[in-house]
Amino acid sequence: MEVLGRSGKKQGKKRPFSFFLSLLTNPLALSGSIIVIFLFVVAILAPVIAPYNPQAIDTYHILEPPSRLHWFGTDSLGRDCLSRLIYGSRISLLVGFVAVGIATAVGTVLGALAGFYGKWVDTIVMRFVDIMLCFPSIFLIMAVIAFLEPSIWNIMAVIGLTSWMGVARLVRAEFLSLRKRDFVLAARISGASNMRIVFNEILPNAVAPIIVSATLGVGGAILTESALSFLGIGVQPPTPSWGNMLTEGKDNLEIAWWLSVYPGLAILITVLGYNLLGEGLRDALDPRKKG
Amino acid sequence: MDFLIWTTKRALALIPTFIGITLISFFVMHLAPGEPMSLQADFNPKMTPEMRQRLRAQYGLDKPIYVQYAKWFKGLMQLDLGRSFSPDRRKVWDKIKERLPVTILINVLSMALIIIVSIPLGVRAAVRQNSLFDQVTTVLVFVAYAAPAFWVALLLMLYFGIELNWLPVSGLHTLMGYEQMDTWHKVLDWGRHLVLPVFVSAIGGLAGFSRYTRSSMLEVLRQDFITTARAKGLPERTVIYRHALRNALLPLITILGLSIPGLIGGSVIFESIFAIPGVGQLMWSSVMARDYPVLMGNLVIVSVLTLLGNLLADLGYAVVDPRIRTGLREEE
Repeated sequence: MEVLGRSGKKQGKKRPFSFFLSLLTNPLALSGSIIVIFLFVVAILAPVIAPYNPQAIDTYHILEPPSRLHWFGTDSLGRDCLSRLIYGSRISLLVGFVAVGIATAVGTVLGALAGFYGKWVDTIVMRFVDIMLCFPSIFLIMAVIAFLEPSIWNIMAVIGLTSWMGVARLVRAEFLSLRKRDFVLAARISGASNMRIVFNEILPNAVAPIIVSATLGVGGAILTESALSFLGIGVQPPTPSWGNMLTEGKDNLEIAWWLSVYPGLAILITVLGYNLLGEGLRDALDPRKKG
Repeated sequence: MDFLIWTTKRALALIPTFIGITLISFFVMHLAPGEPMSLQADFNPKMTPEMRQRLRAQYGLDKPIYVQYAKWFKGLMQLDLGRSFSPDRRKVWDKIKERLPVTILINVLSMALIIIVSIPLGVRAAVRQNSLFDQVTTVLVFVAYAAPAFWVALLLMLYFGIELNWLPVSGLHTLMGYEQMDTWHKVLDWGRHLVLPVFVSAIGGLAGFSRYTRSSMLEVLRQDFITTARAKGLPERTVIYRHALRNALLPLITILGLSIPGLIGGSVIFESIFAIPGVGQLMWSSVMARDYPVLMGNLVIVSVLTLLGNLLADLGYAVVDPRIRTGLREEE
């Protein structure tokens, strides 16, 4: 990130091809992208590839272990677990992106304000960050959710609004180091407004670390959503989410292992995918780490 | 003496943060759509407008919000967090107080486990960078990072509890015959019940901390004084553990402090899975019951715990690094 900024702005855009090349040759990023792309395809094509209706109750086939008819078995209402798993990927994807979108937007704005204006603005914002970091986030999330309708939109908003602090710190640090650079000075001398300097001059140089942290954040958001749904205060049944599928796994732990194993595996692989992609992006975007 | 002054300064600096915590806890709950009272009242068909008004007055909800906050804050200072909405109407602080020790015990144990296991792992991985050992731990770290803790808990329950029937999967102690055991067997019984919860709450930390140890060690091992130590013929063990590790531990203390909220947050998950009567389980059940005095009290108490944990980490840092307490070096 240092190097990107040092030689002026938007350097990353000059060689888009080399960026993708370094992404392809980075084993972390490559395996991460494959997992993420696969999940996108599954989520988008869910109605086509799911063998059954995920909500279809079949009382003749309750709690059946994995078989050729039901690859991942059936749950206590006879619903096909594979189909529910496939539809559950949509929830994870949605939550991951919306929650991280909110967190990134809030964090970027606050971090930019703090880093650009400094002084008391910086003090207030950073104090706020410190205070927010003192709350074990799941406690804060639960406290808020207790008073809201347990809808997926509320969950995404609450997760987003409790996880922006990392981004804010990061953006602030970038702004602090960039705002005294020559190209910012040049922009200022040529009469650019503050808004223009923030959004057109400094922010583009800080995009790389923001993207990395957002990618890593998707995994975290998915984990939080699944934990909340597992605890019964997230996505509500009958809508299938990986977290609430595991609740059923817990309830039938002694008789139906498959209900507990597969949804968790799906979460693991998804989060792993985003984390690998994030780490890979970090390496690809930060030339110092090479070699 | 210096150290005492330094400590007092650090502690005083926490006051604004503490006030911030109470402000957020209070206003988050009061600004949330839907008044806490109405949730309780709406379910009661017999509730008349007058009764509702009286209930509001009883909880002070008819007063302006800053008056309510002042009253609540004053109560908090005396550990009076009001009474629970639940039928037992007990004091919130009593409810939290009896559950705190278990949560703290488990968190301290898992913190100890994290330190004992991940430091040697990280050191070894750093010393043998790119070896098979390093690569295997790296993969394990990635997997442990991505695995949802509650799922790992389910798998462990499935395997050790049900498949092998080695370990109990719920509660803090055996229900039948616990009273008749002698002290030694009681401790043993607790231990058996705590194995899985402690391990589950430590997983994330184990992964993260061994990763940080590794990178911190790698950083230190590159430095000149390590080369010097080697050059003057010190045994490799001394170089690694005396010279390198001591310096590598410094940033790790900060990270340990930062990981406290996550660790405490995890209590919600493992306490509700393993049916452990701690603060996390209380939080969960009060969310389910929408018991807002307990929720608010809980939120403040766990954040204060985090704050104290951070202070401890700060102190630890100052103990090992004289530059900090003498003010020769500013903290990052």
